[in-house]
Parts: sequence; C-alpha cells; structure tokens
Amino acid sequence: MRYAMAVDTRKCVGCSDCVVACQTENNVPIGYCRDWIVEVTDGTYPQLEMEIRSERCNQCVNAPCVRCCPTGASHFADGGIVLVTQTECIGCGACIASCPYDARYPHPDGYVDKCTFCIHRIKNGMKPACVDVCPTKCLYFGDLDDPNSDVSAVLRKRKYKTLIPEAGTKPQLYFLI
Amino acid sequence: MNEEVIVSGRMNQMVDPHLHIWHWQISLYLFLGGMAAGILAIAAVYYIRGRENDYKTAVRLTPFLTPFLLVIGLLALFIDLRHKLFFWQLYTNIKLQSPMSWGAWTLMVITPISFIWCALHIRDIFPAWDWKFKWLWALDGFFNKYKKALAWVMLIYAIILGIYTGILLSAFNARPLWNTSILGPLFLASGLSAGAAATLLLSKNEAERKQFARIDLVMIGIELFLIIHMFMGFLASTQVQIEAANLFLGGQYTMSFWIFVVALGLVIPAILEIMELGRYHIPVLVPAVLVLFGSLMLRFIIVYAGQVSRWLY
Repeated sequence: MRYAMAVDTRKCVGCSDCVVACQTENNVPIGYCRDWIVEVTDGTYPQLEMEIRSERCNQCVNAPCVRCCPTGASHFADGGIVLVTQTECIGCGACIASCPYDARYPHPDGYVDKCTFCIHRIKNGMKPACVDVCPTKCLYFGDLDDPNSDVSAVLRKRKYKTLIPEAGTKPQLYFLI
Repeated sequence: MNEEVIVSGRMNQMVDPHLHIWHWQISLYLFLGGMAAGILAIAAVYYIRGRENDYKTAVRLTPFLTPFLLVIGLLALFIDLRHKLFFWQLYTNIKLQSPMSWGAWTLMVITPISFIWCALHIRDIFPAWDWKFKWLWALDGFFNKYKKALAWVMLIYAIILGIYTGILLSAFNARPLWNTSILGPLFLASGLSAGAAATLLLSKNEAERKQFARIDLVMIGIELFLIIHMFMGFLASTQVQIEAANLFLGGQYTMSFWIFVVALGLVIPAILEIMELGRYHIPVLVPAVLVLFGSLMLRFIIVYAGQVSRWLY
C-alpha cells in the first residue's frame, strides 16, 4: 500500500478551499496551516504563464524528517504516511529544519504538526478533507499499488512532475502538468 | 523573469519567520559544546602523553570550565525545546540516523566525565579538599587508578562531541548551506581553537602559553583552509549551493562573516599570536578573547544563514 496524491495544476484555480477544509477538519490553530497554495507566474507581460499548486507534505519515501528525529516521534504509518506522535515529540525542530518543502510547523502546544493525509478519514473509507472539498475536483487521492485508484488512473493518463526530486526525498505528491 | 507568489495563511519563511526554527540557543550550545570538546580533548591528549606536568593548566585547571560550559549548553538546548516536559524521550530512544540522538547520548557520557575529571583534580586547586564520605574517597581512588582509560574515553567522546556539533547541521540536505561535510571538521577545529584559547587565557606559565599559542595557530590555519575548501565546494556545486555560498560572497551575511569570523576571529588573532611567538609582547587577553568571539560568531552566522538558504522550486 502506498498512499499518494495528484494535484491537477491545470484545473486548480487557487481558491484555498483545501486550506480552509484542512484547518477545519484537523482543528489547525488560527494562523497556521498544513496545506497551502503556491502561484508561480513565469514570463514577461504579456506572455505570462501561471501555475497554481495546492501543496502539502509530500509524504516522502525517503523522508529526511523521519531520519533526523531523535525520539522516533516522526514515523511512517501504513501506506507510507509520515506522522508525528504528539506525545513522543520533544519539539526540537530538527524535522522542520530538515524538510526541503517546509511542510512542518511548530504547533503552539509544543509538538510539531503536519499534513496526515487525513489518516483518520482514510481509515473510515473516506478521502482526505482537501480532496473531498475541492470544487474543481483537481485533487486525486488513493493507493498507488492499486491500479484502479483515482491517483493511479490519473497518473497513467497525464504528464506529471514532483517537487525537487533532486533532493532525493522521493516525494509522493504528484503535480499534473 | 520568474515571479513566485504565495497565497494562503501558511507558515512560510517568505511570509513569516516561523520556519526560522533554531535561534540563539542552538548557536550558543554549538559554541559551548565545541569549546568544552576542545578543552577536554587537549587535556586528555596531554595526560595520555604524560605531559601533565608541562601543561598543568591545560590538564588540570582549564577542564574546570567544562562542567559549566556543558551545563549551560544543555540548559540552552532545553530552552530550545518546545515540548519541554517530553525531553526525557531522548534517552529512551537510540536513533543511529539522527545526529541529535547521537548528540544527546554523547552529552550523557561526556558531561559526567567532565565532572569526574574535575573531581580528580580538585585537590590541585584546593589542597585541603576532603570528600567527607568514605564512598566518595573510594570513587576518587577508583577513577585515579583507571585515569588513563578515562582519558581515552574522554578523548574519543570529546572528538565525537566536537564533530557532531557540525554534523548536526550538515545532515540537513534541505538547507544547502549546512549540507557540506566540511562543517564537522570545521566545528571541531574551531572548538579545539577555542579550547586552546581558554588555556591561553588561564595559564600563568610562559612555556605553556607559547605552546598553546602554537596550537591555536595551527587550528586557525586548519580553519582557514577548511573555509576556503567549503566555498570552493559550494561554488563548484549546484545552483542551490552556489546561492548558499553567495550569502557570504555579496549576500546578506557577507560583512558579518568576513569581519567577525574571518578577520576578527581568525586572521587578527593569528597575526597577534605570530608576533607573540616572535619578539613582541602581546597582552594574551586580546588574541584569546578574539578567538572565542570568532568561534561564537561562526556558530551564530552558520546557524542563521543556513536557515535562509533553501532549495529553489
């Protein structure tokens, strides 16, 4: 089992619904977020090209945050999801410094927090909150080992990229281009 | 032209400073730990080589600083933790891939050793010192008997501590400035230099001072060599590391690095120590304090600049 997500940069309009859905679903403290929108504009006016990405933790296969954690609080759960056990986290910040995607933040309660792919929802057969709420249906989630999952199907059909693959993290967030 | 706009309330260093996760506590600890490592390594080497009577200050007196340095350093690390009451979990886990785990366990060994080393020499400072209890005298006798073994363990752990302060940072490929294996040896050399400077400050013996000025000079030479190699490596590497190097070559940390670390912390004390070894008489306070200051600034600048450097995407 290998959970992954695909983000269709051609359909995403950058409405931030995924951000708000995540904050609500996961009770993320005000001012923080586990996912976010990046808009990149390339070119010179009037020849401009814009890419909009809904970004979150890349749930890396070779996750530097898991490697550098001194207590084992950062760990891989089923399906390769990178999780933080709150009661094992000492809040040293090593994982935050180690993440090339800057996907983690220090929760005001002291532990480090991040995207969980809404593991509590997946276990109940639901999709992550951001995927469910997306009004343009640009987020695809599922098990890469299952050829019939949404994410496997869309990755077969479309061209995609990952973010900084040269960092060697083997990210599992795919951007359809 | 490439313009990147980030929309949303995320914690991003381009939006707010929350991702600057390590502050003065880490820099201070890296300095104090490195200096303690330097002092203990030098003391152990001279004890093992049987030169403790030639270099009394380095073997017997300067190590008295190390329990304070290490305890203050540990306190700084503790202040840095955000989930403080869970700190003990560092010691219920051994994670070989995590430099911080290595560091926690190394400190667990070297801190008690620094206390024991001081206890073994306390009667050199207070000749009338009495341990009061029989079992303390017995312990004193035990460690005196196996002092050479203790010195070897102390030497090995001091070197691990000195290198680890650099590895702690260099293990992060997400921060290109830190991601160079030069940082380990560089911080070790800087720690040894700071350790030599501490003895230089405390020693009253002319011959010992000259020897430690020489040690310091060698370490400064090694540091300059490693710094040059670090920049050569960065500039011959990928764009992210070229940009990391550019933080010091025209970027925002240029002035502070070249003035505080290289000029004040390395070159000027080296010149003063060369003059001291020659005919001139230099107040020993000046080069020693400059070396300590440069060593502290090196940690501060590397820790802060590293968190500015990032991957481009």
